[in-house]
Amino acid sequence: MKIDSQTERRIIFIVLFIAVMLPLIFPIGWTSEVSPHVQMTYDMVDNTPEGSVVLLSFDYDPSTATELQPMAISLIEHAWKNNQRVIATALWPMGVKMADAAFQELLLKYPSKESGVDFVNLGYKTGGMVTIQAMGRDMKSVFPTDTKTIPYEDIPLLKTVRSLKDIQFVISLSAGDPGIKQWIMGAHDMFGVKVAGGTTAVSAPGFLPYINSQNQLYGLLGGLKAASEYEQLLGIVGPATVKMDSQSVAHVLILVFIAIGNVKAYKKRNSKKEGK
Amino acid sequence: MKRTIPLLITFIVGLIVISSEFIPHRPFSMINSTLENWYLSISGFAIVLGLLSLVQVNSSKVYHKAENWQYSLASLVSLVVIVIFGVLWGMEDQRGILGNGEAISAFIGKKPFDYLFDNGITPLSSTMFSLLAFFIASAAYRAFIIRSFESNLLMITAVIVILGRTSFGPMLTSWLPKSLSFLHLPNLTDFILTYPSSAAQRAILMSASLGIIGSSLRIIIGLERSYLGSDE
Repeated sequence: MKIDSQTERRIIFIVLFIAVMLPLIFPIGWTSEVSPHVQMTYDMVDNTPEGSVVLLSFDYDPSTATELQPMAISLIEHAWKNNQRVIATALWPMGVKMADAAFQELLLKYPSKESGVDFVNLGYKTGGMVTIQAMGRDMKSVFPTDTKTIPYEDIPLLKTVRSLKDIQFVISLSAGDPGIKQWIMGAHDMFGVKVAGGTTAVSAPGFLPYINSQNQLYGLLGGLKAASEYEQLLGIVGPATVKMDSQSVAHVLILVFIAIGNVKAYKKRNSKKEGK
Repeated sequence: MKRTIPLLITFIVGLIVISSEFIPHRPFSMINSTLENWYLSISGFAIVLGLLSLVQVNSSKVYHKAENWQYSLASLVSLVVIVIFGVLWGMEDQRGILGNGEAISAFIGKKPFDYLFDNGITPLSSTMFSLLAFFIASAAYRAFIIRSFESNLLMITAVIVILGRTSFGPMLTSWLPKSLSFLHLPNLTDFILTYPSSAAQRAILMSASLGIIGSSLRIIIGLERSYLGSDE
C-alpha cells in the first residue's frame, strides 16, 4: 500500500498527539538523573546565605512558559526555603506577568511571604544590555517604582540595594535576546555579580561556552528536563516532572520516525538500483 | 547636512562610549552614564513607534482588502481591546482610570486584562510554540536520512543527544559497569554538549563577535550608512 506524503504527515501528527497526551493523562513517573549544570545552579542558590537579596529576570513570554515557568517557580521556592529575598525584573514586556503568576502560585504554598519584604516585582524595562549597565550603577534610576507603583525607597526589601553589586546572584530565565547573554556581559563581566541562567532546551547549547573557568555562568538550566531535575533536587513533584514523561515519549517516538524514514529511504534506493 | 549631522553624532557618541570602556573616569564615565539614560528614554519611544507601525500596516491591509486582510483586522481588534481593558481597569494590583473594575472581576474571576492574558494570550502563544514539535517530528522523518559519512555522524550524535535528554534514555545504559560509565547515555550526551558542541559554539561566537566589531566600526566611521535610510 502506498501512502502519499500528505497522509504520512497526518499520521505522524496524530501519533505524536496521542504520544504526548497519554503520559499527561496516565503519568509514568520516570525520574531524571541530575545533570552537572543543574546541580551547579542548585548549589549556587543553596550556598547563598539567608537574608540575601537575589534577582530573577523574567526574559520570556507565554510561548516558552511550559519550559521556563516551572524553573521560575522552583527557583523562587528554593530561594524562599533558604529565606532569601527575591527581586523580579523583566527585559521582555510579558515577563512581568510571568513573574506575577509565579509569585501568586507560590504564595498559596508560602502564605507568610510578604510583597515588598520577601519579594518584589520591579517590572519591565526596555533597553536590554544598557538597562543592566544602568542597574549596575544605580537601580533606583532604572526602576523608580515597583509594578504596584510603590516608590523604590519605600520598599523594605530594597533598602540595602543600591545597585546590582548589592545582589548575591542573578538568574536570567531567557527565551532569546535580551536575556542570559546580556546579563553575563552586563552583570558578571562589568560588575562581578554571579549569573546563572535558564533557557529552552533548543537554546541551551549556545550558552555552554559561558560555563568556563571565569565562571561567566554559574549554572544553566536547559529545557523541561532541567526544570524537572531541579524539582527533583527540591524534593517536589511539580509541573516539569509531570510533563517530562510526555516529552520523553515524544523524543523516543521521533527516533522511531527517523528509523522508519531511513528504512523507507533505503527501500526506495534499492528499488531505484534494481530499476536501472 | 541631513546626513552629515547624524553621521557626526554617531562618530562622537561611538568614540565616547568606546573611550569610557578604557578610561572609566570623569568626564567619560559621567557622559557614558548620561548616554545610557538617553538610550533608555529613546528605547521607550521605539515601542510607540512599533505600535504606530503595527496600526498603519494593518489598517492599510484592511482598507485595501489585501490578501488575508481578515488577520490584520483580528490583530487590530485584539490590540484595541487589550489596550482599552488595560487603560480602563488596569492589571493585577494596578488601577485603571475607572478603578479596579470590581463588578467585572466578580463576574469573570479577575480583571479583564488579566483574564484575556491568562485565557487568551498565554494558551495561544503556547499553542504556536507547541506546533513546532509536530513540524520537528515530520521534518526528522524526512530529513534525518543516512546518505553519507557526515549524515551518519549527525544521525548518531542526534540519537545519543535525544535519548540522553529523556528520562527514558538513562535506563537503557544504567546496567553498564562503572569502568564503562563514560558510555552511559547522559554522560555521553554531556560530553557531546560540553566539548564538540561547545567548541563549535565558541567558534561561532568569536566569528559573530568579530563581525559585530567590524560592523560597529564601519557605522562609527561612517562607512556603513544604511541605518540612515535608503536615500543614499
